[in-house]
Amino acid sequence: MNSLNTRAKELLENKTAQVIIGYEEGPTGVVRPAFITDAAKADSLIYDERCVQNLAVYLTKQEVKRLGKMAIVATLPVMRSIMMLISEQQLFAENIVVLGISAEGKLLDVADNKVMQGYIEQSDLSNPAKYKELITNLNKLSPEEKFLYWQKELSKCIKCYACRQACPMCYCTRCSVEVNQPQWIPVQSNTHGNMEWHILRAMHLAGRCISCGECGRACPVGIPCHLLTMHLTDQVYNYFKVYAGTSEKMSSVLSTYEPNDKESFII
Amino acid sequence: MSDFEPKIVAFVCNWCTYAGADLTGTSRIKYASNVKIIRFPCTGRIDFMLLLKAFANGADGIIVSGCHPNDCHYTSGNFHAKRRWIVFKELMDFMGIDMNRVTFSWVSAAEGAKWAVVVNTTVTRIRELGPYVSYKELVNKSVEEEVKNE
Amino acid sequence: METTRKLIRKQSLEKLYNQLSASRKIYAPVIAADKKVEYKYNPSFADVTFDHLRSTLSVKNVVFPKVENLFYYSNSKTESTIADIDLNKIPEVVLWGAHPCDTAAFDTLRSIFCWDITDEFFAKRLEKLVVIGLSCHLSDEYCFCTSVGLSPNSIKGSDILLSPLQNGDFVADILTEKGNNILLSSTELFESIGEVNLNITEVKQKFNHEQVTAKLAGAFENPFWVANSLRCIGCGACAYVCPTCACFDIQDETKGKNGRRYRSWDSCGFGLFTLHTSGHNPRHVQSQRWRQRIMHKFSYMPDRNKSLGCVGCGRCSSGCPVDMNIAEQLEALQNI
Repeated sequence: MNSLNTRAKELLENKTAQVIIGYEEGPTGVVRPAFITDAAKADSLIYDERCVQNLAVYLTKQEVKRLGKMAIVATLPVMRSIMMLISEQQLFAENIVVLGISAEGKLLDVADNKVMQGYIEQSDLSNPAKYKELITNLNKLSPEEKFLYWQKELSKCIKCYACRQACPMCYCTRCSVEVNQPQWIPVQSNTHGNMEWHILRAMHLAGRCISCGECGRACPVGIPCHLLTMHLTDQVYNYFKVYAGTSEKMSSVLSTYEPNDKESFII
Repeated sequence: MSDFEPKIVAFVCNWCTYAGADLTGTSRIKYASNVKIIRFPCTGRIDFMLLLKAFANGADGIIVSGCHPNDCHYTSGNFHAKRRWIVFKELMDFMGIDMNRVTFSWVSAAEGAKWAVVVNTTVTRIRELGPYVSYKELVNKSVEEEVKNE
Repeated sequence: METTRKLIRKQSLEKLYNQLSASRKIYAPVIAADKKVEYKYNPSFADVTFDHLRSTLSVKNVVFPKVENLFYYSNSKTESTIADIDLNKIPEVVLWGAHPCDTAAFDTLRSIFCWDITDEFFAKRLEKLVVIGLSCHLSDEYCFCTSVGLSPNSIKGSDILLSPLQNGDFVADILTEKGNNILLSSTELFESIGEVNLNITEVKQKFNHEQVTAKLAGAFENPFWVANSLRCIGCGACAYVCPTCACFDIQDETKGKNGRRYRSWDSCGFGLFTLHTSGHNPRHVQSQRWRQRIMHKFSYMPDRNKSLGCVGCGRCSSGCPVDMNIAEQLEALQNI
């Protein structure tokens, strides 16, 4: 995508940014993250429908931040992740340049956060259609069938934490599972412990997940763990009318409340 | 007719429900004795993981109870708890974990009678549902998963 | 012992499989619902695949399970009573249909687990294991066994190596005493054989591992590590799927007065892997951890354990969410 390469080269040449975080094609043809620090290499950046990984995860990585001001190729999920990170004080808007990409794959002029917020607000923030369908199908199962389905899927989990590492919102330097006072989640992999892990992860992401699906994509054994977090994204919207990553001032849904939050099950 | 007596764990807040439960006792109201009460300063302190741990340790049912909205001793703990329960319940329903086995309630320090009703209805309901076999099987299966390597 | 080559026809192979699985646990590859290949205990012969490239997880589970109990304990006010695991109860296992990269990995694991002292758990499991390997008639761009001193029909680590013939029958190379015992208990299933054309795939060599090891000796401070690990997200996928990775964590799990100590897989890629109790973490950024992975496998192990820490199976690269392609990195290292 020429305009992207031109802009990237420009940013590096006039030293506005020291590293461009984008996508490249590796030698085996697999699309993967690229970190361009040399203007001469800006042409290796690509953008096409294969470029789906959520790159915002790199904005909190020490060795990337060390390179200097970061410019990041940002589709809608990445923009929303950036908003979330700013709202949770993990990132300063002044320290990054957003190379926005529209849903049609065109380079957007995102001069500042206000512009990015405007773009996000006029986009469809609900779960992408294919995930909506998978969730709807799962909801058709009986409770017993659901329990068996998730047990079967989660028995495959090897606790590699690729799901956690791939998620831009899982930036805690010490995750709950890495604390042993108390040891909430067993270190080893067994079906029950795996279930507890994925429940904990989904709850810690409730109201913070922006439905990029990266967790499910990263899983080496093919567990659809993204459906758990996306289901809660749906429910958070249903109950509290909030989507994550829409403004840098938003407060996290589970750390705030409205006195008249509606529910029907408390007696 | 089975003689199954459900094991219920109750996570309650100190200032309202725990005091309310005390009142039930001092008022000599008879109610089911299946409940083990765990006292918290506030429902806001109740981590959702605790509910899972209750099931994992053999509970057939759970009660979670605290101060009415606007009456929280710490002002807003129960509001946070309410939001958390709403989200947690949706996740549990999605995964097929039986939320019919969990009662959420607001019981104030003056509602000794209500506490008895909450406990009795929960115990009756769980008695009908039976022991939480599928969860116990999940836990046992996981223990077997390691032992089979020996 | 001298190796023998025999012919085993497809129908006899099924009989052999059934005989073995009747008296022992047999760990064989099947295609799971999501089209991925996994090894399971005692599947029916009809479900066993002979056309798989690589399973998602390696087969190290049979000698180094993902979780393994070390002992049980019981605590009283004054003392702890320990109940050891009876290693003699470990059953015989036949590993069926493991490719030469996976079979060679057992030697590598032995060089780690039995390096200076013998790991009793590993040793007993290896003792009780019989490996029936399967040569490769398929390979893909992630395979690089020929770059690490192996080949698609290497005999290293197999007790019997099966190689496919064009007509669906197999050549069986009887390589060890364990393999010979199987031959002796089912002689009627094996026939003699003359010259044959084996259906073995070709795997182009990508790099020379000796040159890589030599280059690594002086590469500790090279900027290569930072530049090539920026995209690594620090999960444990590569270490867990790897047939030769052997790092483990030890945990005690206690309930009331009783508990057990177990070990489970760990990964040097995790951020907290080298965190000290003092709070100091010698490998606190990802480039240090990525460097460690490569150096350990291609420099420290050859130096210390006299074995290479990689069998070229390609699982790490195909399983990595961000394409940390190890063969690509090693090729580049050869040229720094």
